[in-house]
Amino acid sequence: MTDSGGRKIGDVLLKVDNISLAFGGVRALNDVSFDIRAHEIRAIIGPNGAGKSSMLNVINGFYHPQKGTITFRDIARTDIGPYDAASRGIARTFQNIALFRGMSTLDNIMTGRLLKMKRNLLWQALYWGPAKAEEMEHRAAAERIIDFLEIQAIRKVPVGRLPYGLQKRVELGRALASEPDLLLLDEPMAGMNVEEKEDMCRFILDVNDEFGTTIALIEHDMGVVMDISDRVVVLDYGKKIADGTPDEVRGDQAVIDAYLGVSH
Amino acid sequence: MLYREAGQFKTTYGDDQAIFPIRQDRWGIAIVLAIAFVVLPAVATPYFVTSIMIPFLIYALAAIGLNLLTGYCGQVSLGTGGFMAVGAYAAYNFAVRVPELNLIVVFLLAGGMAALVGVVFGVPSLRIKGFYLAVATLAAQFFLDWAFSRIKWFTNYTPSGSVAAPPLDLFGIAINTPDRRYYLILTIVVVMALAAKNLVRGRVGRSWMAIRDMDIAAEIIGIRPWRAKLSAFAVSSFYIGIAGALWAFLHLGAWEPLAFDINRSFTLLFMVIIGGLGSIVGCFFGAAFILMVPLALNQIPLALGMPLSTAMISHLEFMIFGALIVFFLIVEPHGLARLWGLGKEKLRLWPFPH
Repeated sequence: MTDSGGRKIGDVLLKVDNISLAFGGVRALNDVSFDIRAHEIRAIIGPNGAGKSSMLNVINGFYHPQKGTITFRDIARTDIGPYDAASRGIARTFQNIALFRGMSTLDNIMTGRLLKMKRNLLWQALYWGPAKAEEMEHRAAAERIIDFLEIQAIRKVPVGRLPYGLQKRVELGRALASEPDLLLLDEPMAGMNVEEKEDMCRFILDVNDEFGTTIALIEHDMGVVMDISDRVVVLDYGKKIADGTPDEVRGDQAVIDAYLGVSH
Repeated sequence: MLYREAGQFKTTYGDDQAIFPIRQDRWGIAIVLAIAFVVLPAVATPYFVTSIMIPFLIYALAAIGLNLLTGYCGQVSLGTGGFMAVGAYAAYNFAVRVPELNLIVVFLLAGGMAALVGVVFGVPSLRIKGFYLAVATLAAQFFLDWAFSRIKWFTNYTPSGSVAAPPLDLFGIAINTPDRRYYLILTIVVVMALAAKNLVRGRVGRSWMAIRDMDIAAEIIGIRPWRAKLSAFAVSSFYIGIAGALWAFLHLGAWEPLAFDINRSFTLLFMVIIGGLGSIVGCFFGAAFILMVPLALNQIPLALGMPLSTAMISHLEFMIFGALIVFFLIVEPHGLARLWGLGKEKLRLWPFPH
């Protein structure tokens, strides 16, 4: 399957089967199944409280579902820890920015490469020879991301001092720094103005296009979702109610009911 | 005017990430080191060296240890005095029981022992944070105090409970004059401060700061909290342990458990807060400041011709420290180090405001 841009949509990268997640009596996810194919942009939408963020938390190992399996790159597990998810190539951003506020933009992006840095404590204390070479190698990689996201000017600024839109961009940078196979974006455009949204859309499409990164995103701006995503899955009250291309989903009666409300 | 970086171009990432990226700073630190190593021993009185410089350097080293844990990794600790005691008594036991050990090896082993104990008492940090962790480390302080005064093996069954360092020598040189002690301490402190700076600007330091700033996000990018926290406890206690061994062997000479009581923990915590949480240079500022206040309280009124009584001075000391800590926590949580940094930033742009 090839789309107009020449981007090749591959095989299934991640598959969630019959995931159920409950917090006490609250059923956040109820028997949800869908898949994400390599190199596609997959949107997860739904009204507030539909279980979208819970779904991302399950995928990157933060929540442990009671039932169901997650198959990532052909390895099926019921639940994984955040460390396993990260080391196997799943990165994410958060709905409420979760940057390290006391650290500079550069340091935040460098933390995204921590898993790739191997020198032990003693080498680090020496900061010489192989340890320094490693540091420089990763600095160069971080600089490529900084260039890509056009944030050169704020490299050394502590992220706590940055405006909201830039913080979102730095957070995307930190996720990209780990060179993930699957990038989970939780409302990357929430609270942004139109220009910032356009920038963010451009970055998402470029990431997808240039690095071939598979992206799963949650977003409330329907215009954006319908524009940039290849396929959309719709959740409502923890259940999957629709799955398909933007056009299919847009015409789906269950989706319209979920968003507009319907008298039962 | 002199503090300008115009014309200094960085052509590699290494230059950009150097500890002192600006030439004037490099000159500054070279001058400070030259004064410390050459000028000071030549001109200072033995009193100045033994009662000001040596405690200052050892305090700074212990403060670096505490700062790695509290300032960089965000784990509050009130057990610093206890970990210093572990270093002191470990050094004592290694030196007395295995007299052929080299003094440096004794210090390293003392640090290693403190690191082990630090890790054990760091385990609660995997479950608890903030105040609760502070209380858990307070328990470490009291437990260690108790252990060293009650378990006679640690003090080699000396009847009074107070122990004395054996005669020290290093590669055949007896460490018995103030100058020699000063040189040994200065060298250790410089090397360890540099190592600490290297740690915090690399991978390990970033993983600590990530845990400090937002542990959930740190976990998501693949930092294992137990590793980051326990390594912070280990490294921090290693530094504090060596500081404790130096304090006991080279500053006190003979000591009892009271030398490492809870007050020592508080003093070090004050140094770290006033000097600057999350700053290595701040540890030196904090140590200097806390040592200077009593001296200044003594000397200034004397010079003004109205000497204060000793009791008055010690009361004033408490009041000033209390007020300063409240001030710094509210106005400048990053302490003197931040003021220093801001000053440098302003100076770089001076006379233009932006």
